[in-house]
Amino acid sequence: MTAETLPREHVLPEAVPVRESQAGLMWRRFRQHRLAVWSLWIVAAFYFVALFAEFLAPFEPSAYNPRYTYAAPQGLHFSYTDEEGSWRFGPYVYGYKVEIDQAAMRRTFVVDKEVRHPVGFFVETKPYHLLGIIPMNVKLFGPTEPRAPLYILGADRLGRDLLSRLIHGTRISLSIGLIGVVLSLFFGVIIGGFSGYYGGWFDSVVQRVIEFIRSLPTIPLWLGLAAALPRDWSSLQIYFAITVILSLIGWTELARVVRGRFLALRTEDFVTAARLDGASDWRVITRHMVPNFMSHIIAATTLAIPGMILAETALSFLGLGLQAPIVSWGTLLQEAQNIRTLASAPWLLLPGVAVVVAILALNFLGDGLRDAADPYGR
Amino acid sequence: MLRFLTTRLISMVLTIWAVSFVAFAIIQLPPGDYLTAYMARIAAEGERVTAAEMEAMRQQYGLGDPFLIQYWKWISGIFGSGDFGQSFEWKRPVTSLIWGRLGNSILLEGLAVLVMWLVALPIGVYAAVRKYSLGDYLATVFGFLGLAVPNFLFALVLMYLSYVWFGTTLGGLFSQEFERAHWSLPRIWDFFSHAWAPIIVLATAGTAQLIRIMRANLLDELKKPYVTTARAKGLPEWKVIVKYPVRVALNPLVSTIGWLLPTLVSSSVIVSVVMSLPTAGPLLLRSLTSQDMYLAGAIIMLLGVLTVVGTLISDLILAWIDPRIRHGGGR
Repeated sequence: MTAETLPREHVLPEAVPVRESQAGLMWRRFRQHRLAVWSLWIVAAFYFVALFAEFLAPFEPSAYNPRYTYAAPQGLHFSYTDEEGSWRFGPYVYGYKVEIDQAAMRRTFVVDKEVRHPVGFFVETKPYHLLGIIPMNVKLFGPTEPRAPLYILGADRLGRDLLSRLIHGTRISLSIGLIGVVLSLFFGVIIGGFSGYYGGWFDSVVQRVIEFIRSLPTIPLWLGLAAALPRDWSSLQIYFAITVILSLIGWTELARVVRGRFLALRTEDFVTAARLDGASDWRVITRHMVPNFMSHIIAATTLAIPGMILAETALSFLGLGLQAPIVSWGTLLQEAQNIRTLASAPWLLLPGVAVVVAILALNFLGDGLRDAADPYGR
Repeated sequence: MLRFLTTRLISMVLTIWAVSFVAFAIIQLPPGDYLTAYMARIAAEGERVTAAEMEAMRQQYGLGDPFLIQYWKWISGIFGSGDFGQSFEWKRPVTSLIWGRLGNSILLEGLAVLVMWLVALPIGVYAAVRKYSLGDYLATVFGFLGLAVPNFLFALVLMYLSYVWFGTTLGGLFSQEFERAHWSLPRIWDFFSHAWAPIIVLATAGTAQLIRIMRANLLDELKKPYVTTARAKGLPEWKVIVKYPVRVALNPLVSTIGWLLPTLVSSSVIVSVVMSLPTAGPLLLRSLTSQDMYLAGAIIMLLGVLTVVGTLISDLILAWIDPRIRHGGGR
């Protein structure tokens, strides 16, 4: 059958399809990457936790209770049958009883299924400031009886609630990743941009420097730099210094991406045309080139965050990164360094699960974004 | 080949010089110096040191000199007589402290590279040849886990499991009776019965990446017409794959050592601290926290040099197996 013999409406589509925007094409491409879409939700959830840490965590990260050192995780339970045998619904946790561990010669807190402490939502606590600004006195959940223990994920050596510390640590670890990447991006775009746009001797010098930095083992360098920080700095100063140290090495990867895009676009017709029209360098770059590789930069930036988080975790784990009282995933894992402690309180490894999930999700998200950045490819 | 070798050697010497400069600059960064920390400790113990005594020590260690002069003293000692200076904390020459530990580092890292290759190559080939099979998916999952699990966390989990299941603590490289012994068969056996755990931990992340690279390289090669030709000529399937595409796919893999080695050296530092191995890592951490500057500087520099030399070796191997690079003259 040929086209002439077909009725007219079979040949021409009924309506001309709407032209999809670049962003629309990217979004469509991104959605095909199932893992990336799931990862987007997970990453969003992590940053949500980081943003509202004070509201979500039932306790302050430094609130300690010597009565419950190394208390085992209680878990969270929802339904039970009461004494009369009728079924009840409502969140609660079990209480603790003390047992003497003969071998280790110390008291251990084991979960006592006889005692139940109800858990309530939107319980009132002493006033605090959400994000340091918004005054509040309600937490998402907490014990409704005052002084009842609530250690859903267990307690550490000072009887501090691991869940609360994990939630607060999420804020620090994720924000250090984000700030570090923004700093790296700043250096990377400026240095890589100059290098790729102007080329010449500056380009070769920058390339040699990047090759040099990338040929060095990073942990010894980071350790050396971190050890150089003055001991009397406040924890906030240390926090920013660590991000700067991480981005001192992190900028190289982003600079390479930016330079590569600049080199690829520099000889494109539309850039030459803009230049012939008398557009200034600044205008050529910001108006014509940057929109073209923005999506690539976003993808590369996302892929750089996990490295930052891992680096901070490693540094803090070794004791040269963030210092107490700042809580991050790395400082939390530092508590798990001793194998004997770990054997009696294995829940101290739980922050590691958060690290792994966050790193995986960010990597998948970055992969999806990288594919989506080039919606015509493949 | 000669031209290639000279350019690479010159660039290596320049890089090593830069490494030494960076290492020295880093250990010079702390606002105080070791003496100040040392004085503080003595003062805390209730003893008094006069200003004159302090000045004498300062002179002895050359701590009052400007940066470049101190650097020159340091570097000329190293290249002139192999003298890395004195460790303040241990009151011994740095060289007597580091060589044994550095040897352990090199041994562990070399074995880790070997394990990586031995494990990653067959799995990578299998994953490419049996694309989308169960084994391929398992390899992919393993690859992602290797990417996301920090190696110190892996080491902790491994130590925890072995403690809970077998009641043994993993850690160290030798049993006590073999610690200072000379190499012998029982000592080698003792070494491997300790070293398997850190080697596995160190090799995992790299193995995961190598599998992915090998799989991708081989998949590209398998599509090429020469593979079809070989198959059409009636070669047995294993020969078709092993004899041609695998060999071509190996080349890019060799060049990965250039970035594999820095990460490996990095992770060995932190894994050694966790598993308390007698390598350079724990010594570096300790010297940094106590501002033992010559010791820290020597370790940072030697770890850098180790990486640079390893990269050079991988470049030479690459040039040896790939004539395109050998005859391209440098880059």
